Amino acid sequence: MGFVLGRLGQTVLVLLVAAFVSFSLFRYVGDPVNNMVGQTASLADREAMRAALGLDDPFVIQFFRFVGHALQGDFGISYRYGQPVSALIAERFPATLELALISMLIATGLGVPLGVWTALHRGHWLSQLLLAASLIGVALPTFLIGIALILTFSVWLGWLPSFGRGQVVSFGWWSTGLLSWSGIRALVLPSVTLGVFQLALIMRLARAEMLEVMRADFIRFARARGLRPRAIEYRHALRNTLVPVVTMIGLQFGNVFAFSIIVETVFQWPGLGLLVIQAIQFADVPLLAAYLVLIALCFALINLAVDLLYVAIDPRVKAAGLVGRAA
Amino acid sequence: MSALLKVESLRVEIAARTRILTAIDEVSFEISEGEILGVVGESGAGKSVTGTAVLGLLEKPAYQAGGRILFGGQRIDTLGEDALRTLRGKEIAAVFQDPLTSLDPLMTIGDQLVETIQTHLPLKAGEALERAGQLLAEVGIPAPRERLRSYPHELSGGMRQRVVLALAFCCEPRLIIADEPTTALDVSIQAQILDLLRRMCRERGTAVMLVTHDMGVIAEATDRVAVMYAGRIVEIGPTATLLVGASHPYTRGLMASIPDMRRREVELTQIPGSMPRPDAPVSGCAFHPRCSIAEARCSVERPDDVVIGPSRVACWFAGDTSRSVAR
Ligand SMILES: Nc1ncnc2c1ncn2[C@@H]1O[C@H](COP(=O)(O)OP(=O)(O)OP(=O)(O)O)[C@@H](O)[C@H]1O
Ligand SMILES: [Mg+2]
Repeated sequence: MGFVLGRLGQTVLVLLVAAFVSFSLFRYVGDPVNNMVGQTASLADREAMRAALGLDDPFVIQFFRFVGHALQGDFGISYRYGQPVSALIAERFPATLELALISMLIATGLGVPLGVWTALHRGHWLSQLLLAASLIGVALPTFLIGIALILTFSVWLGWLPSFGRGQVVSFGWWSTGLLSWSGIRALVLPSVTLGVFQLALIMRLARAEMLEVMRADFIRFARARGLRPRAIEYRHALRNTLVPVVTMIGLQFGNVFAFSIIVETVFQWPGLGLLVIQAIQFADVPLLAAYLVLIALCFALINLAVDLLYVAIDPRVKAAGLVGRAA
Repeated sequence: MSALLKVESLRVEIAARTRILTAIDEVSFEISEGEILGVVGESGAGKSVTGTAVLGLLEKPAYQAGGRILFGGQRIDTLGEDALRTLRGKEIAAVFQDPLTSLDPLMTIGDQLVETIQTHLPLKAGEALERAGQLLAEVGIPAPRERLRSYPHELSGGMRQRVVLALAFCCEPRLIIADEPTTALDVSIQAQILDLLRRMCRERGTAVMLVTHDMGVIAEATDRVAVMYAGRIVEIGPTATLLVGASHPYTRGLMASIPDMRRREVELTQIPGSMPRPDAPVSGCAFHPRCSIAEARCSVERPDDVVIGPSRVACWFAGDTSRSVAR
């Protein structure tokens, strides 16, 4: 429990730092008054606006006001869309989360078994082939993979759509493409594109870890105990392999979420990435600030989840956490 | 007594990058039912490789290149992996050097005991757990029932090695290969673990191949000793005989390095020079560069084994009393 509380404290700290960065962005990039009243407003109007916005208050008070608003999901009004930033983000968030989740699911679901298999069958030709393929997967730029997939499956074969989200079903503010055939078809190419690099990475790491574990003393001792190969490979080796692999998968999930921008651009996927690209082009500072905080929140939550998962798989962490608190 | 384990002219080679090295050459020895055979020799002499070969656990790049290994009169070095596996842990158990790394860190001690027991014996989960608890009690672990639920990291090194002993004894093996079972432990605990091993073996009539660097252990705990040098057994015979009247100059050097039975951990390298490595073999008798009684033929012809009373020695001058005095 102490372990969990400590981690929560760290999470809050990280979020405060992110809020500070995004607040600074908000406060010092461009002049918010200019943005709101326009270039032609009189000096008196500007002063009145400044006072109304609280821009004359001390820095610290302004910062805490920002945090207070952020906690209520209030990040102000988008310069470009003239709508509340939170509403814009809420609208786009499900698309990106779905894309990231599905691509990580593909990458993990294939990457871990393939990595383990290639480690256990090192000499096999298929293992060599997969290893070479994974190198390509790591090296190829994502947009190139996306374009190649579009060319093959949309343009030549005409099997799958090359852009958009297809038909979505809404539940309140949440919209999902997973419940309609066209939505699922639309998800295939972007999520594969986003997942290829992760798949290759996870496979290589799982393979390397598995090989490492198979050389460990306790595996040799398990052999000397006469355990069945299946028990040695899966009950002992695989579980020990998963500890570092789970961490990496968690961290990569944050990356996938944050860097879906490229894939969303290639596939015109109506998610956060696309929104942010446009926000950057128009210097839509409130939107950018909110996006920053959101990404930080995602990373923090993922880290927290990974840590908790660690406690669940590895009994040593639990002990270390308790000792760390006692010390 | 009949021979429980019989190793005949064992030869182990290692496929190095450019050539094939000989790690073990013409090694022959027997272990009778219930007998403790000590194996000594400098680091790299081939003690572990010999033990590993008996367990059938040689791994690339090492492989058995010749000779036979018989257990209970049956040839085991030609058995398939599956048949060998059912022997391992049941008939022939192992204890390795480092208790800290011999156990799976992610699995409770009870689970590791139960899985070993259930692999070899037709017991139900409850019965296996019962047996696991009894074993922990027998190896002197306090509160054995509670300890079944502990993870390896929650135990001290000495306790962990007791667990390893429980694992080795859990299916009542007839032979235990103990490769430096106490080297990694605190000096104060070494004697306890060794006494425990010896007591349990004597009670059950379990034979042991006890690899050690500790001449004090040899003197106290073993019935016979095999002295290894550069991949060969240079002398093997009853401990009492070797202690007082060894025939090989190398053995005499070793025995001379036990100044006092109570002082353990004596350096084995009191003889000037160093042992030839597998990648730089020496012609003739491998010991001749360091031998005080070597003559011309020693550097050319490899000595054959000579039987002297209960011992067997590989030296041209074995039995030549004038020489042993002259040294
Ligand atoms: N997998 C391997 N690859 C290359 N060389 C090996 C391998 N295993 C053993 N050897 C070599 O075989 C020789 C015998 O090694 P072994 O481990 O049996 O020595 P040892 O007598 O047990 O030494 P120690 O007292 O240090 O444990 C050494 O020279 C070692 O370098
Ligand atoms: Mg060794």
